[in-house]
Amino acid sequence: MTGAAAVSIRNVSKTFGKGGTKALQNIELDFQPGEFVSLIGPSGCGKSTLLRVIGDLIDPSEGEAIIGGKTAHQARLDRDYGMVFQEATLMDWRTVERNVSLPLEMMGWDRSTRRERVRELLELVELTGFEDHHPWQLSGGMQQRVAIARALTFNPSLILMDEPFGALDEMTRDRLNLELLRIWEATGATVVFVTHSIAEAVFLSSRVVVMSARPGRVQKLVEVDLAYPRTNDTREEARFFELATEVRELLRESHDAREEA
Amino acid sequence: MAVNVLKRVGIGTAVLVGLCAFYVGYRQLYLATGWTRPFVVDAYSMPPLQSIVSRLWQPAATEQPVLVQVLLEKAAFTAKEAAAGFAIGAVFGIAIGVVFHFSNVLRRGFLPYAVGSQTVPILAIAPMVVIWLGGRGLPVWIPVAVISAFLTFFPVAINTLRGLDSADPRKLELMRSYAASEFGTLWRVKFPCALPYLFSAFKVAATASVVGAIIGELPSSIQDGIGGAILNFAQYYSLDPSALWATNIVAATLGILFYCIVAIVERLVVHRAPENVA
Repeated sequence: MTGAAAVSIRNVSKTFGKGGTKALQNIELDFQPGEFVSLIGPSGCGKSTLLRVIGDLIDPSEGEAIIGGKTAHQARLDRDYGMVFQEATLMDWRTVERNVSLPLEMMGWDRSTRRERVRELLELVELTGFEDHHPWQLSGGMQQRVAIARALTFNPSLILMDEPFGALDEMTRDRLNLELLRIWEATGATVVFVTHSIAEAVFLSSRVVVMSARPGRVQKLVEVDLAYPRTNDTREEARFFELATEVRELLRESHDAREEA
Repeated sequence: MAVNVLKRVGIGTAVLVGLCAFYVGYRQLYLATGWTRPFVVDAYSMPPLQSIVSRLWQPAATEQPVLVQVLLEKAAFTAKEAAAGFAIGAVFGIAIGVVFHFSNVLRRGFLPYAVGSQTVPILAIAPMVVIWLGGRGLPVWIPVAVISAFLTFFPVAINTLRGLDSADPRKLELMRSYAASEFGTLWRVKFPCALPYLFSAFKVAATASVVGAIIGELPSSIQDGIGGAILNFAQYYSLDPSALWATNIVAATLGILFYCIVAIVERLVVHRAPENVA
């Protein structure tokens, strides 16, 4: 299938419980291969829910997500995406090396190929030398890098990230943002990135999906026309501030609209 | 590490000495004051410590080897029963825990019976087990091992269930994102999460298996184990109280030994963050 969108979300709605809260309403989105898209919005806007619909971890009440021309379910079975959560979610009984190789073990790779691949990935996330450490011996930022390496092991064309740096301090977050961009450029994968941080969304993404809450809807798509590769200087460009302001105002609008309603 | 071991041995010795001192002190105090509550202290109710210890190196009975040798042989026999009982109980306990984890219907239906099974006094079931399994060409100690397993399986089953249920939902979601099979998730995530719970259960089960083996010997009229020795010396208690005390000390030591083995295996197997800090 040529020209298939990396992710195509077709009229997705999600209601939790019988007559319960409507988390998502009629979401329509298309992400192109190789894009870096952020989902941003107030808490309760359903951005994490949308990410889980894409990953086939939650069934939508209506509509469907199509991943590279396949149903989300088939894409999950085919291991087409890697997932990174806010908590690193490492297995604390496994060493760094064995955490990263976990998906490969399940896919039946043999030991030496696994070793080789893990070595490459730890190099990519700059954790060479930490193979035999246990997760609790690492800082939060390092743990999250292990989680990213683990999500990349089997070379998925899509990476889903649910506030991966949300629990980290700002310095670490800025550094990991740069690293993530470098990794993204090296792999050419499509990234769908959920965040609370306006600066992070603008700095990383080629497009920002601004969502509003209760029910979660797409308020606006903001094209981020800052050139890649982005550096620390990007954060100081006037255009960066303009875009961040635009996103901030959109978020405020949706918040005010809700207050009035 | 070595320092740690030394420290532990040191503490253990100190506690042991303290307990002996308490026994001796209590005895002396009561003999000196003539206090009678809660019971009168004399050579019959509380034999002197030195006579209990020296009893170990006297013949078990006329024309027999020294008591300590007899008791160690019997302890080895009971240990075999208890180890087999522990193994059978652990396997059944884990199996039951896994089944309950996966089936809510079976959990609701059968958990009350599993609990109920533990309220039945073991002395009441032991004769039946001996009758069911005895005299079929099986070694005589097999029924005793089964009785011991009856005490062992329960804590293992309950803790397996709790441990499997305790797996972090995020980790399960991660496994789902890899399209992991039910078994893959069980083996790679749920079991490792359950291990600390399992070892808590194994510690309880280790001592319970020794108790079960000792009690199981009583209705089976097995003379080769500690249970037989306890029964025997209990009958002669008025003549030779030190022998029963000495036997009880050996029985307790066996239980502690079982516990220590589990604790050591746990240290080797379970690698967790200190206090599981996140």
